[in-house]
Amino acid sequence: MTYTDQIRSVIDEADVALFMKGTPQLVMCGNSDRALKALRRAGVSVTTVDVLPDPQIRQDLSSLSGWPTIPQVFVKGELIGGADIVEELESTGELQTTLRERLGDGYADDRSELTVSLA
Amino acid sequence: MSETLHELLHRAFPDATELDVADRTGGGDHFQVTVAAPALRGLTLVEQHRRIYEVLAEPLADGTIHELRIRTKGSP
Repeated sequence: MTYTDQIRSVIDEADVALFMKGTPQLVMCGNSDRALKALRRAGVSVTTVDVLPDPQIRQDLSSLSGWPTIPQVFVKGELIGGADIVEELESTGELQTTLRERLGDGYADDRSELTVSLA
Repeated sequence: MSETLHELLHRAFPDATELDVADRTGGGDHFQVTVAAPALRGLTLVEQHRRIYEVLAEPLADGTIHELRIRTKGSP
């Protein structure tokens, strides 16, 4: 399975996917941290993928999404944006609205974080 | 470097009502870009940010920009 296939399956299967530098336990970039914290404040479960183990992961992700920077947040398969957009959506309340619309009212029940390692 | 980015953005959005490039750290590679322009009106935030990435594709690709923060708005 290529990285592209693995990335696509995470995007397709996770309610919320966060491609980041590092892991939730050890975040390696301020912007990844901003996105993760906004999602945590929203109370939604997140599946994270670390792009750092291999530069190819990041390249394949950007080719697939057409988005050049990290982090990248997807909700139900659709790119929501990077850290700036997620924070902006949070400040206007649209993040919660989007999560409720796409994931249902119970999106904040039973919050968890799942870390996926690509290799 | 801020001037170069400003120039690129100004060329792409000549009628911007707000256009600012700030060097966040003073090191010449961490930037905050703010653009409000009629050309961005009606676009989603993702589409607006994509436009900025397109305009700044070269400095993003060659490593000139190490980190980019973007704030966009469609103006009337």
